[in-house]
Amino acid sequence: MVVRIVKEAELKDSLGIVVTESYTFADPPEELILDCGEKLGPITVAYETYGTPNEDRSNAILILHAFSGDAHAAGWHEGDRKPGWWDDMMGPGRAFDTERYFVVCSNVLGGCKGTTGPSSLNPETGKPYGAGFPLVSIPDMVRVQARLLDKLGIEKLLAVAGGSMGGQQVLEWLVAYPERVRSAIVIATAARHSPQQIAFNEVGRQAILADPNWNEGQYYSGEQPSKGLGVARMVGHITYMSDTSMAFKFGRRAGANGKSHPFGTGFEVEDYLQHKGLTFVDRFDANSYLYITRAIDEYDATGGGNLAERFERLNARVLVLSFKSDWLYPSYQSREIVRACKKAGVDVTYCEIESTYGHDAFLLEVEAQSNLVSHFLRRAHTAGEGA
Amino acid sequence: MAQRIIVDWVAPRASVLELGCGNGSLLTTLTREKEVKAQGMEMDGDNVGICVQRGLNVVHETVDESLKDYGAARFDYSIFNESLQWVSGKPDIVIQDALRVSRNVIIRFSNFAHYRARWQVFFDGKTPVTPSLPYEWHDTPNLHFLSIADFGEYCAARDVTVERTAFLGERRVVRAFPNILALSGIFMISKSTKAELSCQSRNARSEARE
Repeated sequence: MVVRIVKEAELKDSLGIVVTESYTFADPPEELILDCGEKLGPITVAYETYGTPNEDRSNAILILHAFSGDAHAAGWHEGDRKPGWWDDMMGPGRAFDTERYFVVCSNVLGGCKGTTGPSSLNPETGKPYGAGFPLVSIPDMVRVQARLLDKLGIEKLLAVAGGSMGGQQVLEWLVAYPERVRSAIVIATAARHSPQQIAFNEVGRQAILADPNWNEGQYYSGEQPSKGLGVARMVGHITYMSDTSMAFKFGRRAGANGKSHPFGTGFEVEDYLQHKGLTFVDRFDANSYLYITRAIDEYDATGGGNLAERFERLNARVLVLSFKSDWLYPSYQSREIVRACKKAGVDVTYCEIESTYGHDAFLLEVEAQSNLVSHFLRRAHTAGEGA
Repeated sequence: MAQRIIVDWVAPRASVLELGCGNGSLLTTLTREKEVKAQGMEMDGDNVGICVQRGLNVVHETVDESLKDYGAARFDYSIFNESLQWVSGKPDIVIQDALRVSRNVIIRFSNFAHYRARWQVFFDGKTPVTPSLPYEWHDTPNLHFLSIADFGEYCAARDVTVERTAFLGERRVVRAFPNILALSGIFMISKSTKAELSCQSRNARSEARE
C-alpha cells in the first residue's frame, strides 16, 4: 500500500519507513521548572531516531527543527506523500550518514506535533491548555531535549545541528551544555532576532489574535482561527523566499483561481500564498504559532552580554552556514556568530553559500550543504576517535 | 619550493592563521608535517568547500574582515602566501594588524623589480608579465605591486624586524641581488623592540637593496 505512494527507488536509498516515538517525564511532583518560573509536567516529547548507536554512544547527532518542523526529519511514515523535512540530508550515504551516525530529532516544547504544547490536555482540567499553557523559551526547549538524551543514554553529542529556529537551539546547546557537545552546525540563524524579524512575527501573531475564532486561545472544541493562522503563514512564506526565487517561481503569471476576492488581482503568487496558508492550518496549531514565535523573538544567545564570553568554555568545533539571498536571517547575523567564535578561540568554519532561494535555501540547497556538513562531521568523528 | 620553505620555517605544533588560504594545500601540509593548529581564511566559496573537504577550519571572508576579530598574539604565525597583493584595504594596515594577532608574519609576494619586469617596462614600455606576475593588466587580481627592496624599506620604516628571508628564482633559491634576480620573496617579520631595531633593519635594508 505504501509503495504505491512512495516511489520504490526513493524508498531504497532513503531510510524507508520510520515511526515517531514518545517519552514522558517530569511527572508531578517532579515537574520541569521553566524560565518563566512556572512548573510544567508531565511532559511528553515526540522523537525519531535513525541509524544505530555505537557501543559508547559517541556517534549521536541531535537535529533541531525549524519553526514549523517536527520530529519527522527523515524517512517515510506509512502513507506519507512526502518524506521527513530534511530527508535529502539524512540516510545511508547522505550528509548525516545513518550508516555511521545515530541521529535523533524531537519536536520542540510548545509544539503541536506530539510534544507537549498548548494543544495538549492539561491534566488538571482535562481540557487543552490553550492560552493557559506556560510561556516557553528556547532554553526550555533545549532542557527538554537534554532530558530526552539522558533517557537515550547519550552523554555527549558528536554533533548538534539545525537551521533557523533550530540554529538558535544549537546556540543554546553551546552556551547551556558546552560539555555535552563535540561539534555544532549552525545554519541560517541569529544569536538574537533583529527588530525586523520580530516585526514579521508580530504581524503573524496579530493576524491570529484578530481572528474571532481564536477566542482567547480556547478554540479546540469549535472553529479554528484558520483565517488568522493562514495569514500568519502567508507572511512567513514571503520572508522565506527571495525576490529572485519569487520572480522565477511565479513571474506575473495569472493563477488558476482567478480573483478569489473582489480586490484580488489573480496573480499566481496569490494562489500560492493562499494555498500555503490554507494547508498550514491542517498541520499547525495557532496557539503553538503564538508560543513558539514568542520564544524565538525573546531568545538571546548572548544572554544580554557578549556571545564571545559565553563561548569561552567551549571545546566544540563549529560550522556556520548562511545563504546569500536569505534576507530573513541575513549573512551578517551568521557572521556575528563566527566573530564570537573567533574571539573566543573556538575552531570555526564559515561558508556563505550561493543561493537564490532566500531563507528556504537551508532546506533546498542540498548539494552544497551536504558537501560541507558531511566532511565537517567526518572530521569531528575521527577527531573523537583519536582522542 | 616556496611552500617547502614556509613549512620549514614554521615551528612544530604552532598555531597558524593563513590569510587567503586558497584550496588549503599549505595548511594541509603544515597540519600533516608540523601538526600545527590551523585556521584558514578564504574569500572564494568553492575553495572554502575544498578546505572543508580537507578537514580544515576555514572562514569564508576577506582578509580585511578577518583580522580585526582576533585578539592580540592569538597565533604564532600569520601567513600571506601571495595574497597580500589582493587585499582591498591598505597593505600597511593589514600587515600591522597581522603583526598584532600573531607573533610572526610570513609574507610571500611576487617581485615587481625582477630584471624581466624591468626590461619590459623600460624597453617595451609595457606592464610586466613574468612567471610570478603572470597576469595582463586587465585581468590581474593583484591590487598592489611591490618589489623586494620596497618591502625591506617598509620593514625598516615601520620598526618591523625581519627574522628570515628567502628569495626565489624560477627553479632555485637566489642568493645574490634578489631585487633583480628573484621572482618572489618570502619574509618572516615580527614586531621589533627598540633595541633590536636599528641593527636588524639596517641589515634587512642592505640585503634587500642588493
